Amino acid sequence: MRETIHQLEVLRYDPETDTAPHFQTYAVTCQEDWVVLDAINYVKENLDRTLSYRWSCHMAVCGSCGMVVNGEPVLSCHAFVRDYPEKIRVEPLANFPIERDLVVAIDDFVEKLTSVKPYIISAEERPVESGENLQSPEQLAVFKQYADCINCLLCYSACPQYALNDSFIGPAALALAHRYNLDSRDEGRSARADVVASNPGIWECSFVGACSEVCPKDVDPAAAIQQTKIASTVDYFMRFLMPWRKQ
Amino acid sequence: MATSNKPLVWAVFAAGGTLAAFVLPAIIFSLTLGVVLGWIPPEALAYERAIAGMQSPLAKLAAFAVIVPILWHAAHRLRITAHDLGVYADGLVMLICYGIAALGTIATLVALLGL
Repeated sequence: MRETIHQLEVLRYDPETDTAPHFQTYAVTCQEDWVVLDAINYVKENLDRTLSYRWSCHMAVCGSCGMVVNGEPVLSCHAFVRDYPEKIRVEPLANFPIERDLVVAIDDFVEKLTSVKPYIISAEERPVESGENLQSPEQLAVFKQYADCINCLLCYSACPQYALNDSFIGPAALALAHRYNLDSRDEGRSARADVVASNPGIWECSFVGACSEVCPKDVDPAAAIQQTKIASTVDYFMRFLMPWRKQ
Repeated sequence: MATSNKPLVWAVFAAGGTLAAFVLPAIIFSLTLGVVLGWIPPEALAYERAIAGMQSPLAKLAAFAVIVPILWHAAHRLRITAHDLGVYADGLVMLICYGIAALGTIATLVALLGL
């Protein structure tokens, strides 16, 4: 198999010893079928055991190996080395504080995801005896795309609005809120609206669309947010036109 | 968190965007290329015929309904674009963008009512 030598420029930062992040370059001989994560694993196993980064499945399912490679947020297990020039710059996801090297602290996202109640909400408690909560393939197709999110946070790294204002609820959390709002088994739309239809919710989005461009699972969070804007606008006017209508 | 009042501006923005995307090209085509290509006879756009058509209240209402939301769409889009380009003086940008749209709205009203 063809081999190429790449200069891997990796951002290093240890908050306990470093005053600022800096780059460290490793020369890595890569196989033709390697992804960037393979090259990083090679560094960890053979050149520098102190390098820290997250990964798990190596097949674009777990969403833990998101990094900024040559300026673009990607899953490093989903980015072939052969598609990059000789120099490959690897940085942690943008817009999150660095915990160490390529590992970022994602507490802000977890808090926001929790705030949109990303689970099925029923008006009444469903006892186990009531059986399965059935759904037709058509009803599934309505939200399936938005359920494919793997929380990899590439969208938060790409989003210029989140970069400016970190109170923005952000693409993945809003796409997941939309996923549950569209679910035929769910009755929690008004419970989510408190966060979703607020200023830091959908209205902070200016539809740049970078989130959808970088999404490795084609979730299209930008579309989810625009659809939520339409639904929330209808809700807003309906409150005045038909105040008796239950939200 | 409180429900946002953004739907007020966004509804006009969305309506204006839809009009700008679908209606405006058709209007521009029928007033320019359509005539050049010979699809629309130039007599159809003769001044007397056009002014008579535009004097009907329904035509005035239609013109208002097309022009004004597009004005506000452009104003809102430019405000957001300024923000995306790194101009964070939102108060001033709002004043300029929405101010021009408001003046345009008044000008449209005056022009249509004066026909």
